[in-house]
Amino acid sequence: MSAKEYDVIIVGGGVTGAATVRDCALRGLSTLLIERGDICDGASGRNHGLLHSGARYAVTDREGAEECIRENRILRRIASNCVEQTEGLFISLPEDGLDYQANFIKKCREAGISAEAIDPKEALRMEPAINPNIIGAVKVPDASVDPFRLVDAHILDAQRHGADILKFTAVTELVKEGGRVVGVKTSKGDIIRAREVVLAAGIWTAGLAQAAGVKIGMMPSKGALIIYGHRVAKMVINRCRKPANADILVPGDVVSVLGTTSDKVPVETCDDMHATPEEVNLLMREGEQLVPCLAQTRIIRAYAGVRPLVVADPAGDGRNVSRGIVLLDHETRDGIPGLITITGGKLTTARLMAEMATDLICEKLGSSARCETANKPLPGSEGRVPRFKDPFNMRAAIGRHGTEVSRMDFVKGGEILCECEHVTRAEIAYAVKQFGVRNISDLRRHTRIGMGTCQGSYCIQKVAEALAEELGDSSRAGEFVREYLQERWKGMTPVLWGDTLREAEYMHKVYKNEI
Amino acid sequence: MMEVNPDYPGPKKAGPDGERYRLKDPAFFDYALKYCLNCKRCEVACPSDVHIGDMIQSARIKYGSQAKVKGLRGVRDWALASTDLVGSLASPVAPVVNEVLQLKPVKSVMHGMLGVDKHRTFPEYASKKFVSWFLKQDQSAFDKFVTYFHGCYVNYNYPKQGQDFVKIMNAAGYGVHLLEKEKCCGVALMSNGFAAKARKQGALNLNSIRKAVAAGEPVLTTSSTCTFTMRDEYPDVLGLENADVRDNIMLATKWLYEKLSSGEIKLKFRKDFKMKVVYHTACHMQKMGWQLYSIELLRMIPGVTLTVLDQNCCGIAGTFGFKKENYGYTQKIGSKLFEDICTSNPEYVSTDCETCKWQIEMSTGVPVLNPIEILAAAIEA
Repeated sequence: MSAKEYDVIIVGGGVTGAATVRDCALRGLSTLLIERGDICDGASGRNHGLLHSGARYAVTDREGAEECIRENRILRRIASNCVEQTEGLFISLPEDGLDYQANFIKKCREAGISAEAIDPKEALRMEPAINPNIIGAVKVPDASVDPFRLVDAHILDAQRHGADILKFTAVTELVKEGGRVVGVKTSKGDIIRAREVVLAAGIWTAGLAQAAGVKIGMMPSKGALIIYGHRVAKMVINRCRKPANADILVPGDVVSVLGTTSDKVPVETCDDMHATPEEVNLLMREGEQLVPCLAQTRIIRAYAGVRPLVVADPAGDGRNVSRGIVLLDHETRDGIPGLITITGGKLTTARLMAEMATDLICEKLGSSARCETANKPLPGSEGRVPRFKDPFNMRAAIGRHGTEVSRMDFVKGGEILCECEHVTRAEIAYAVKQFGVRNISDLRRHTRIGMGTCQGSYCIQKVAEALAEELGDSSRAGEFVREYLQERWKGMTPVLWGDTLREAEYMHKVYKNEI
Repeated sequence: MMEVNPDYPGPKKAGPDGERYRLKDPAFFDYALKYCLNCKRCEVACPSDVHIGDMIQSARIKYGSQAKVKGLRGVRDWALASTDLVGSLASPVAPVVNEVLQLKPVKSVMHGMLGVDKHRTFPEYASKKFVSWFLKQDQSAFDKFVTYFHGCYVNYNYPKQGQDFVKIMNAAGYGVHLLEKEKCCGVALMSNGFAAKARKQGALNLNSIRKAVAAGEPVLTTSSTCTFTMRDEYPDVLGLENADVRDNIMLATKWLYEKLSSGEIKLKFRKDFKMKVVYHTACHMQKMGWQLYSIELLRMIPGVTLTVLDQNCCGIAGTFGFKKENYGYTQKIGSKLFEDICTSNPEYVSTDCETCKWQIEMSTGVPVLNPIEILAAAIEA
């Protein structure tokens, strides 16, 4: 591989990197994406799964809001199988007053976001679970997006357009020749050359850049979230007030996700992100204000991700941060040609970030290819889903994978292995083939296996056997089970009481062979 | 059901697992949910007290309406569900109806066109309804009363069971009242997709029950399914609040056992009574946990030799078993029970459920009696 020189190397397999590798590939550039872990392993897989309408930013960040609504409309079209068109409500509680709402509606409309005030009674009819004390509600075009499927779809499309994806391989340093970045050195000891190197590694970008002599002031901001066992509302529920903790509840597939918090954390902690009991308490307390029945709804797990916020002035005190898109041309900024950073932004605006980065890459490489990502549907959203004679077992799979189900063998693999999330054997075979999964944690990201209410208590042994068989080494099933349970345990620890504790005890006994 | 029909997804998938998806999108409703017998054995088995059966019933009501059966099968389902209407029409011409329903050509037409299985025989209609008989009974001599919810089967098909109930109550020193108004409890309506009508009838029944309870009378029944429906399915599936009267709705066997064992009432038993009986626990009886009352009551009767059978479903599940498409499943599900009955070779089977009775009589040839009938036969009038 080291003999080949790529046009572009992208470092980081989150949504930004995935969108960028797709854009580059569609524009005919020879591209390699390097990811130290699995695709969607970092912040891209640890968020709300909210496709912002931009309404949340309308009051404070007009530009961000406009980007969101534009990208929101594009993703509904090109990633129809990843997006569920739930729509969203911004509700006002008595303590919020209605002044904010009036300004909110005005600002939304200025940014081009439809915002329709709804009578509180009508809002309660639409969403009976929300706080009955609401004094106002506004309907906006928020939606739910499956971040794992979205990132997978970008990766698949990139590969199908000739890009290479190198996973489980870290970039240890940027290789410089005569002041120019000419490639990367990997954890496997290879040096891979490219005409442009793009850093898209979220919060981990700063460290890589620094080693190459570039200072990017990044401020990791931790956000914790809780997953509840089922859907309590059909729409995205937001609080209509100045953005604060725990004021968004998103219906994600068959669960509800409540978040988030926002706390500055040291960079060193970013590799081991988990929610703390204090964060969980805070989320629960605030979440009950939004939807009171959350107090009685079973929590499955809690998790945390880290936002790659960029400090505009590295010398400053960190207050002057931007949540917007940051594209850095290190040739003009720092006098280091061959290196570009794309960071900041949001899950919703990743496609736009990729477009901006790829425009710059093309300019550097002298290519005149134009961006097509806004018009070409992603794999899974390409036309009509094939019809099945008896689709019941596959219905959830069809919902997740859209047209990609035509690549799955339901005749052989129609059996449902994960009962909570209705994941079929065929999807395991597909994930092994398409995404090179190594273990059940990888499999989870590409299939939702074990993400449901039982957290693997019932299915993991079956899944482990199936995976080992697909990988051609049946002796590894036990190792898969151990690894996965350890990982699930991490997410259950901060919420270990009541029903979750009971379930964890049960899981423990099942795997200790005590029942 | 799962054991005999691989199309049925089973209680976990049909219930809580499926519900999570139905909350996302009603398109996830699986028509195979029609195979749920509503036996509630899943709820008995669940250590976490999840109301799995209620969840499935509610899903059928909420999402299954679009699947309402059309054409002649729809007429059949409607007729099977409309116990009051069909009973009222059949009673005056009972001998003719009974004859006609047994004729081979009629059976094969019903089997072929309506989808009522040819193996089934409808319970005979009585020429004189229980209520007509009861209204001629003078209960004015008593100073203590119980109220009787007789149900459709006693009223239209089998008044003897109601008469036996009145005989026992009178012998125990209690007069009998009927509810001011009584309609079918609604179980057949619910399982055939007529929830709105079931809710209306349930509200009417509860209204009458409240009046009886306010007069200080318990509302006693002789059918485990009617009892279970009014106590548990009214609030859990139909959303009819009944907490104020629920404790006062009970099977006569429970009431009798409690009163007899505390010495509050006394019955004089015949000395020459002899009967070899096996007791079958109906599914809804097991869900209520009340089989113990019926069993212990039977054990109080001198001369009864009682064997309690292992708990197995008979398979019929009410009107479900009358449908041609279900016949095969019902017989497979019940086979273990039928085998147990045949090996124990009793004179009679006793059970608190009338549809179990039809199924057991048809499948084993052994006559089935309600515990109330046995008790009535064993006491001196």
